[in-house]
Amino acid sequence: MNKYPAWLNTLVFAILVAGCLLALPNLYGSVPAVQIADNNGVGYEQDSLDEYVAAVERGGISPEAAYLQDGRAVLRFEAGTDLTPIGDALKDRYGRLANVAQTLAPQLPEWVRNAGLSPMSLGLDLRGGVYVLLEVDMNTAIETRMALYEQSLDDGLREAKIRHRVDLSDRSIFIRLSNADDLEAARSVIEQIDADILVSDGTDGKSLLVRMSDAQIKARQDFAIEQNITTLRNRVNQLGVAEPLVQRQGVDRIVVQLPGVQDPNEINKILTATATLEFRMVDQSGIEPGSRRYPGRPGEGAQVLKRKVVASGDQIVDASSGFSEGRPIVSINLDSAGGESMLKNTMDNLGKPMSTVFIETRREALKVGDEIEYRDIKTEEIINTATIQGIFKSKFQISGLNPGEAHDLALLLRAGALAAPVFKIDERTIGPSLGQDNIDRGFNAIKIGFLAVVLFMVVYYRAFGVIANVALLSNLVFIVAMLSLLQASLTLPGIAGIVLTVGMAVDANVLIFERIREELAAGAAPQAAINSGYEKALSSIADANITTLIAAIVLFSVGTGPIKGFAITLMLGIITSMFTAIVGTRAIVNLLFGGRKLTSVPV
Amino acid sequence: MRLIKEKTSIDFLGPARRKIAIAVSILLVIASLASLATRGLEFGIDFTGGILLEVGYPAAANLESIRGDLAVEGYDSAQVQRFGAENVVLVRLPPQEGNVDEIRARLQKTLQAGDEGMVLRRVEFVSPQVGSELAESGALATVVALMLIFVYVMIRFQWKFSAGAVAALAHDAIVTVGFFSIFRFPFDLTVVAAVLAVIGYSLNDTVVAFDRIRENFFALRGKSAQEVMNISINEMLARTLITGITTLLVLVALLVLGGESIAPFSIALIVGVVIGTYSSIYTASATALMLNVNAQDLIEPVKDTSLIDDLP
Repeated sequence: MNKYPAWLNTLVFAILVAGCLLALPNLYGSVPAVQIADNNGVGYEQDSLDEYVAAVERGGISPEAAYLQDGRAVLRFEAGTDLTPIGDALKDRYGRLANVAQTLAPQLPEWVRNAGLSPMSLGLDLRGGVYVLLEVDMNTAIETRMALYEQSLDDGLREAKIRHRVDLSDRSIFIRLSNADDLEAARSVIEQIDADILVSDGTDGKSLLVRMSDAQIKARQDFAIEQNITTLRNRVNQLGVAEPLVQRQGVDRIVVQLPGVQDPNEINKILTATATLEFRMVDQSGIEPGSRRYPGRPGEGAQVLKRKVVASGDQIVDASSGFSEGRPIVSINLDSAGGESMLKNTMDNLGKPMSTVFIETRREALKVGDEIEYRDIKTEEIINTATIQGIFKSKFQISGLNPGEAHDLALLLRAGALAAPVFKIDERTIGPSLGQDNIDRGFNAIKIGFLAVVLFMVVYYRAFGVIANVALLSNLVFIVAMLSLLQASLTLPGIAGIVLTVGMAVDANVLIFERIREELAAGAAPQAAINSGYEKALSSIADANITTLIAAIVLFSVGTGPIKGFAITLMLGIITSMFTAIVGTRAIVNLLFGGRKLTSVPV
Repeated sequence: MRLIKEKTSIDFLGPARRKIAIAVSILLVIASLASLATRGLEFGIDFTGGILLEVGYPAAANLESIRGDLAVEGYDSAQVQRFGAENVVLVRLPPQEGNVDEIRARLQKTLQAGDEGMVLRRVEFVSPQVGSELAESGALATVVALMLIFVYVMIRFQWKFSAGAVAALAHDAIVTVGFFSIFRFPFDLTVVAAVLAVIGYSLNDTVVAFDRIRENFFALRGKSAQEVMNISINEMLARTLITGITTLLVLVALLVLGGESIAPFSIALIVGVVIGTYSSIYTASATALMLNVNAQDLIEPVKDTSLIDDLP
């Protein structure tokens, strides 16, 4: 009685070995490293890695190890190496194509790395960094689209020689025709521009109302958020942060996590900035319909500008800052549509003035009574007005900014414009010292809590207590192993979950051991008592754990951030403890006591 | 070693004791609800929105001068308090007017002017909108968890047990939250997680007791439901207490060593484990008993095999 078949013993042993292997990478310390990732998410091959290593070695320093990890190149250096010159040199050379980040990497031996093993990933509260939750302003996304429709409808009707007036208000475009006979012709013009847009008749028989369909609005919103994510990724890549995360959350939100960033001031300017440009012709008569007066920056005169946009920020494919004749400039490169438009415009308007408008939206909180309300402040300023001296297409330069502004603007234009403004609604910065404190405190709590439970179990259950403790220790190993395998972020509440699991995991063993005691007290023979102790306790253990698992799953599905971290460790802990407390301890008990003649059970 | 003697026969569910226990439970719940209704909770910025700064100083910080510096800059609504250590200070502000980046820069400058050596350990800006959403999802999680548990216990046992279990869990959740209201402890997102963990823990206890009750309903035929339950609870008493002790051991370690920011979580769990242990002994079984639970409720219906005979 109480013998496990050899295959089961082997299986338990194999699982234990696998657990130890998976948990192993967590035992190695970290050293400085430079991590290089392609901006477009293309995985690197060996030749790229060799190139980076050669570039670093030319600088007179050799990486201690260099390898590819998930398509990223990692160059590891001896502890204490100053990475700044290495990182800067790589950034100068490859920074436009790749995200070059200074970071820490675990000092894993090659065979561990080759086996695809890696340590647990730490959450921002343990590692330090910035967490930002951004909300995408969908209203603006829709309104900009409507403004574009307005312009193309206006142009289309004019080309079709239909006399009309267009007005945009509250997400609908009102077209008033001079002649009711043009109604059908106007309809077909609209259909040519966009067949899916909703058109309805006005009340007076010679006007039309144009609106976006629900499907179009949804598509526009999805586009806006996807486009914003791409833009934010591009911007984040320029910041030199290792393993940044940019992710959609819900309908209109984007989460950005930047591990290791200490000063949010620096990144925020870049992250939520909406700065973009528009090029418009000056309306020299000042009376053209739709023309508007734009203020100038200090030192730059105000102008009345035409409604038609010659080219806008989202048509800029590349931009860089520099100096020309001692003044800061931004070199602009337009896409083909923008280039065509610019070419036509410069040909038609040689010798006439064109303005560059700098546009920025900021959100400010305002107190209205006791409530906080938000107001978007849009600034549109002319930074430069110049006479068109020659015909040009997609490449040209603008001036009128200070050097810092030129640098930031070039970065923003390069990364692409945001399709709709984004606003911070949650921002959390954890300094690196607090992160380390959290790690130290968390692990201290685990250690002391673990020792207290271990001591209690030995005193209370003697030899069986020792067996339960072995199970408890392997349970910890398995939790770490699973966290490493799943690469789920360990957070401070996650550590709290592990601590709680340590306290609750022995419950299964307590149930079993108490049952064995009861069976013995009822006069059962030692071997039979052990057997029925395990068997009869099983349904209680399963019920108890499944119900806790339900609570953990609910927590996981509705929780955010750190709370999810708690739910994950709690879930993993429940599952692994079922294995260690039931199968694990039974295997040991069977090995030690099974098949022998016992006069008593040391429980 | 044994904590309690081998065979206890404490009359947990006798009419007199049961009345006292029910009275105590009702009193605790009413006190909690009354405090929640009148005093409310000391919500952290997770729920209210606002600004939080954790600032480290090279030496013990002078709270008065920090308050003064902030007031001069117009932040007279700032709450300034020590956080765990003499040289760590927590500054809390309600949601402010203006642009987040500018406010952060201004606060940082103000604090830096007061002490060059200060370090910002943590900065949080939460908009009131996010705060109310988090509060909603927390409440939703608790309700969903209770409903799922009701269904699970109903499938595994029977609805009277479900009612007992959920009554005990709601009792635990209310009293734990009420404790935070009465003693004005900060109530943040981790406390919501702790309350759900308490629900899980307390349920664990309750289900183990129910399991034994079911077993004994069959083993001890002829005894009244009250007797069966009493015997079962006595049999499980050692296990209930030992698991409670090991869990409390680790939680105390977490409270003492885990640092200030996880302290509300630890407190909620400690309160919850104590209340949960009590409720699984009294509330859960007493509720089932009040609903006249009996052996019949637990007998699985005999499967009807007559259908098979009719098959060709």
